[in-house]
Amino acid sequence: MGTSTTTHASLSEQFNADEARVNWHDETLWWVRQKRDKAAWTLPEWEELRETASRIKHNTLSNLHQYLLSFEEKALANGCTVHWAANAAEHNEIVLNILRDQKIDQLVKSKSMLTEECHLNEYLAANGIDVTDTDLGERIVQLAKEAPSHIVLPCIHKKKEEIGELFHEHLGTPAGNADPLFLTRAARAHLREKFLTRRVAITGVNFAVAETGEFVVCTNEGNADMGAHLADVHIACMGIEKLIPERKHLGVFLRLLARSATGQPITTYSSHFVKPRPGQQLHIILVDNGRSTQLGREDFRNSLKCIRCGACMNTCPVYRRSGGHSYHTAIAGPIGSILAPNLDMKKYADLPFASTLCGSCSNVCPVKIDIHNQLYQWRQEITRAGYAPAGKAAAMKAMAMGLSKPGWYRLGGKIARRMMRAIPFLFNNRLNAWYKQREMPAPPKETFADWYRKNKNQSNQ
Amino acid sequence: MNSRDQILAAVKKNQPALQPLPALADLQAIRFTHPVEKFTEVLTSIGADVRTGYDLNAIATFIDGNFTEGRRFLGNIPGLPGVGSLDSTVDTHTLEDLEVFVLKAGFGVAENGAVWVTDAQVQERVLPFICQHLVVILDPATIVNNMHEAYERIGNQDYHFGLFIAGPSKTADIEQSLVLGAHGPKTMTLFLNGGI
Repeated sequence: MGTSTTTHASLSEQFNADEARVNWHDETLWWVRQKRDKAAWTLPEWEELRETASRIKHNTLSNLHQYLLSFEEKALANGCTVHWAANAAEHNEIVLNILRDQKIDQLVKSKSMLTEECHLNEYLAANGIDVTDTDLGERIVQLAKEAPSHIVLPCIHKKKEEIGELFHEHLGTPAGNADPLFLTRAARAHLREKFLTRRVAITGVNFAVAETGEFVVCTNEGNADMGAHLADVHIACMGIEKLIPERKHLGVFLRLLARSATGQPITTYSSHFVKPRPGQQLHIILVDNGRSTQLGREDFRNSLKCIRCGACMNTCPVYRRSGGHSYHTAIAGPIGSILAPNLDMKKYADLPFASTLCGSCSNVCPVKIDIHNQLYQWRQEITRAGYAPAGKAAAMKAMAMGLSKPGWYRLGGKIARRMMRAIPFLFNNRLNAWYKQREMPAPPKETFADWYRKNKNQSNQ
Repeated sequence: MNSRDQILAAVKKNQPALQPLPALADLQAIRFTHPVEKFTEVLTSIGADVRTGYDLNAIATFIDGNFTEGRRFLGNIPGLPGVGSLDSTVDTHTLEDLEVFVLKAGFGVAENGAVWVTDAQVQERVLPFICQHLVVILDPATIVNNMHEAYERIGNQDYHFGLFIAGPSKTADIEQSLVLGAHGPKTMTLFLNGGI
């Protein structure tokens, strides 16, 4: 694992090759985090709101069986078709079957992290279906043949000049034009043509209400609505954890979502879909894909409370400096690092280690998921299962030995301090991961133990 | 066992002991001394143009004078000059040249500048999205403080499609530069008038 090119560490190194870009990425996401803070501070009840949301989700998870049944019953009564998918493959097959029934080979899709998780686009492409992602950021990464690097800001890793080049190549905009307003207008014209001609629209789901069978989709661009309201068939894909008990609970979550995500008081559109339009088909696909397993893991269950706001990514010192693609999974950042090992502990064994455990993610989470604790707990699970990186496991054993034997610790420290002074090259070389992008600190003249002994004696005199 | 039963069985087996649902009545949500001013301030800050003191004729003159590119204006406000209502047989795919859509919103929310609209008010759901410019008429007396009051007001209203709109459509996907007018309207003008 240590030498593989698909670990968080090695992928981060690629991202870090361009220092100016990393700095821009870091500062931009921190700016979004600050906007979140300002929005949160406008509400004196913010902490109470987070607590309420967390408890509503706790209730939801504890009664999910009943809520799923209720949602299905109401959605059917509303005239929707409800499908159940145990895993990603089944989800993708259901979508393809709906398309085949309609004899349709092209569609528009708005943002859905679930379909990213299921790799729906690749599957549909392999089956001859043309998918147009309609969220601007998602369209940009789709044209670049990349995955989104952030769940709310899909192309935050891209500079406008690169987007200008992509649009020049694919949409025929003039070469060298990288003006955001101009490029957005070009995408608007390009995607309007798609909205007006596609008969099937896929959307995600932000919240689904067990009480009423309705679901809510939040966007700023209006792309989910343009797609769904112009299409003959609307397919809404949702994880089973998207449920909330009652309509009035939407008030709690809509107050938290956009403020946490971008610092907006609410997204431009919060669309409540209850019944299909006359003559329209509305399909809802309820997807498990590991969620019922996660529900049974007490230590990790709370991760299912996530409302996909991205606040944990924007605040994360590791995410901001390593980029979303370094997480090699659909959902990057701290929350992705506790969701992914549930799906494949071996493949994503590196992710819970891609953290400083500083806890900032848990502090901003609108539903109070204890993200940093779960990262720590995944490390224990992964190490127990034997999937920890070999180098890390060996280093941990050596550390454990040194730290548990004070004599060895003192001797080791003494040797290391002398060597650092006498032969700095031993430490200041590329084999030392701590030497990358920074200088090693000067070795201290004395240890804390020495200093304490000396000063303790002084104060006693 | 089919996937439905399989998923439901796994959920039933793995879900923790029942946890109580918190009462929303316990939440002390923000209230404003001047909800209309707050609503105006917030909606303006997210890119909309909020105006007061316009009657139907003044609104019609405003629309006529400001939105000149296309000439197709639709709305559902009886007695608004120059603005037709939608022919129920029209194919919505022909609406791409719709310059302005005018609607009357159900109520407004002070804390976030959103207005509530249902399909009963828009005839075709795509209208407030496909238009180039959105014009909203709102009775200031309907403005509630926060989203909890909003859902109390909605209650068990029997809509087929419901929508909060807060400003013009927008994106900041290119280097976080805010652009108004992503896929939906490029502008939103809201007239506060209790007499329409």
